[in-house]
Amino acid sequence: MPTVSNEEAKAAVQDRSGVEAAPGRITRMVDNDFFHAFLRSKITVIAACGTLTLFLLAFLAPWIAPHDPFDLASISIMDARVPPVWMDYSDPRFVLGTDDQGRDLLSGIFYGMRISLIVGFCSVVAAAVIGITLGLVAGYMGGRIDAIIMRIADVQLTFPAILIALLIDGIAHGIFGSLDRNVFAFYILIVALALSFWVQYARTVRSSTMVEKSKEYVQAARVIGLPSVIIMARHILPNVMGPVMVIATINLALAIVTEATLSFLGVGMPPTQPSLGTLIAIGNDFLYSGEWWIAIFPGVALALLVLNVNLLGDWLRDALNPKLR
Amino acid sequence: MSVLDIRDLTVEFPARKSVFVAVDDVSLSIEAGKILGVVGESGAGKSTVGNAVIGLLQEPGHIAGGEILLHGQRIDQLPYKQQRLLRGRRIGMIFQDPLTSLDPLQTIESQLVETIRTHLSLSARQARKRAVELIDAVGIPNPEERIGQYPHQFSGGMRQRVVIALALCAEPELVIADEPTTALDVSIQAQILELMKKLCSERNVAMMVITHDMGVIADITDHVAVMYQGKLVEYGETTKVLGAPEHPYTQSLISAVPRPDIKVDRFPVVNYIEAAGTPQRQIDISTHWLGKARDFSEISGPLVRIRDLDMRFEVRGSIFPSRRKYFQAVKSVSFDIEQGETFGLVGESGSGKSTIARMVTGLYQPTSGSILFGETDLTSLKNRRDVLAMRRQMQMIFQDPYSSLNARMRVSEIIAEPIRFHKLASGNAEVRRIVDDLLDHVGLGTAAGQKYPHEFSGGQRQRISIARALATRPRFLICDEPTSALDVSIQAQILNLLKDLQEELQLTMLFISHDLAVVRQMCNRIGVMRHGELCEVSGCDQLFEAPQHAYTRELLTLMPSMELLSRANLEGA
Repeated sequence: MPTVSNEEAKAAVQDRSGVEAAPGRITRMVDNDFFHAFLRSKITVIAACGTLTLFLLAFLAPWIAPHDPFDLASISIMDARVPPVWMDYSDPRFVLGTDDQGRDLLSGIFYGMRISLIVGFCSVVAAAVIGITLGLVAGYMGGRIDAIIMRIADVQLTFPAILIALLIDGIAHGIFGSLDRNVFAFYILIVALALSFWVQYARTVRSSTMVEKSKEYVQAARVIGLPSVIIMARHILPNVMGPVMVIATINLALAIVTEATLSFLGVGMPPTQPSLGTLIAIGNDFLYSGEWWIAIFPGVALALLVLNVNLLGDWLRDALNPKLR
Repeated sequence: MSVLDIRDLTVEFPARKSVFVAVDDVSLSIEAGKILGVVGESGAGKSTVGNAVIGLLQEPGHIAGGEILLHGQRIDQLPYKQQRLLRGRRIGMIFQDPLTSLDPLQTIESQLVETIRTHLSLSARQARKRAVELIDAVGIPNPEERIGQYPHQFSGGMRQRVVIALALCAEPELVIADEPTTALDVSIQAQILELMKKLCSERNVAMMVITHDMGVIADITDHVAVMYQGKLVEYGETTKVLGAPEHPYTQSLISAVPRPDIKVDRFPVVNYIEAAGTPQRQIDISTHWLGKARDFSEISGPLVRIRDLDMRFEVRGSIFPSRRKYFQAVKSVSFDIEQGETFGLVGESGSGKSTIARMVTGLYQPTSGSILFGETDLTSLKNRRDVLAMRRQMQMIFQDPYSSLNARMRVSEIIAEPIRFHKLASGNAEVRRIVDDLLDHVGLGTAAGQKYPHEFSGGQRQRISIARALATRPRFLICDEPTSALDVSIQAQILNLLKDLQEELQLTMLFISHDLAVVRQMCNRIGVMRHGELCEVSGCDQLFEAPQHAYTRELLTLMPSMELLSRANLEGA
């Protein structure tokens, strides 16, 4: 009969002893299953590289773009609507051609992507802050406060993002009168997007909070006597951030698309500070006259950006969801 | 010839860095009409053996060596389709949790008939007749009527009977029961075990019972296999193995089972221990931090007095008070807890014992009644500062070591939190010193502070919980089933630790458990609860030797027979 000796068994238990030194932060990061799962999925690695490249192009635009599309001194209407380099009548200075005002399209895309991303990030952060706070409070407090917050969220859900953006745009114009769109369009966009996306965070955080709230570590914190605010912020919040990260990533792509839609409709970024959506809107006017590149290249850039971010978000959702593993 | 033969079975789970051998070279056999018990602590690989036999190993686990024979025919290498025909037909399975192993959307009848007709060529009418017979055989009254009901209309014990009927549907030769009674109360556990034993011999079925509970093994098995970390350490007739265990692991496992018959001072020191030492230094309460600055007012008489405590939960809300429905969790309960004693509360699940603990700590607000801590009525405290002052004096240790620690905080932060919050130390250096000291004192060592809770095992986490509870320097400790999620040998260590701490720190304890044997070892006085009411309060030995209330007597007779174990204990000691 196979047996183990006492010493062997003790040695085996010693392996998981609490006495050995704890690994450092970096070792923990590299040596976890999450990082490992990331390396194993090829598409995700490609998507991550793609996202990183696009982000770098966007944020390094002032240094790497061949032209400055905002520098009025350097653009000339004479260069308007020049086709990409591989076509006839092209100009080697403009790789992807120019738009109707003679701005280099490649540079325009870099700068436009930068604006799209900044609007996207800011609105995602704003929506997350609103949504997480309200979701935490609703889930933890329960009762009437919960009912009020969630009913507001339900009403909010009946309005599509575009409608909210148009409303806010209209209200802002009504209140502030003839504003300088060049300055305020940016902030109005962020507020509009944040207000239309916070509900998702609130709902997710609320349901996770209700699960966490009944766990014994929260009760232990209450037995210690900690006030609700500290329990919510220090104990519950870190434990509900997993799903929030997933929503934030997927929402970033959604926010970029919505921003593009709004800009395309003319309520987003003005033509003087074109985002990708604005560029497509400009190009749209020239599609039927054969100058396709003005709309198509920003469109491709937008598609690539959204696709990469979405792929990352999907993977993140699967990696953080134990059910799908 | 034996029904099931397992020869040199090895099951491996390839992991990222290494291969985890869950079952290592195990050989077993069961004969028709006999029950084989496979016993071991969590992670011993006992369930994996059962899953390997029925062909339901979880990915990426696989059989790396050895063979499994059913009536002399190899079944471990059969293609999936034939293996599927085997399951349910020749091998039946009984799972642990009766609440989740039945389909809630189908009647009992349709589940049974479906299984019967899948495996046996019977007409719908014959299948139904057979289903009724089976329901009758597993001891469910009014089988004709009840068979048309849905699982939620049955209680937990009745559902487990239905699960047993399902396993017996196609007259299997072998039944594998994985922790069949773990989710049930003692009174129901005894009935189910008796039923299993009866069915086994009547129908000449070989049965493999996988359990962590030595009581179950002693009750119904003919042979027993003791597993430890994937290896078979001892295998033989139950009377022999339990009566005269040869291997030191079996010996320590048996000696760690709390004895229901007499009270012992400490649990015997087990040889196989979890990695946590016992602290070397004794705490001198008069000089140590844990005793220092316990600026508590002197209390004469009982520390806690509970008077006419009532708690009801609203089951159905309505704006009209007459239409509201309530569930009465606790009904006018009164008892005292003297200073320095351990007061035990026992009862089956749903008897309201945890609700009382939660009311005392302030997690629930009682519907009526009073909880006096010394002279202060806890239920009438309004001022936040007074509430905090009381909270500091009483702390709670929770049942589930896996959810009672915040997974995102380091252990040192978890323990330091109450110290910082109640401003019990001046400066970070002192906090750190106290945390290290506490960790050391619960037997974990100071290095543990830098780790996260998931790096510890269940017993070690429970030690962290204890350290956190001690951090406010309480004088009243509430333990709500502190060891029910732990293996017996670890339970023994945790209970020893609690006993030592109580003695050193002169703590008063409220100890809640469903396990009479544990309560007997831990408590000075015991209260027995049933359906929210307190049936009986009496001294520990008196309760066990001369129970007054009928329900107490019933509970005592239902404890798994421990004669075998007790004898082994005596001889081992």
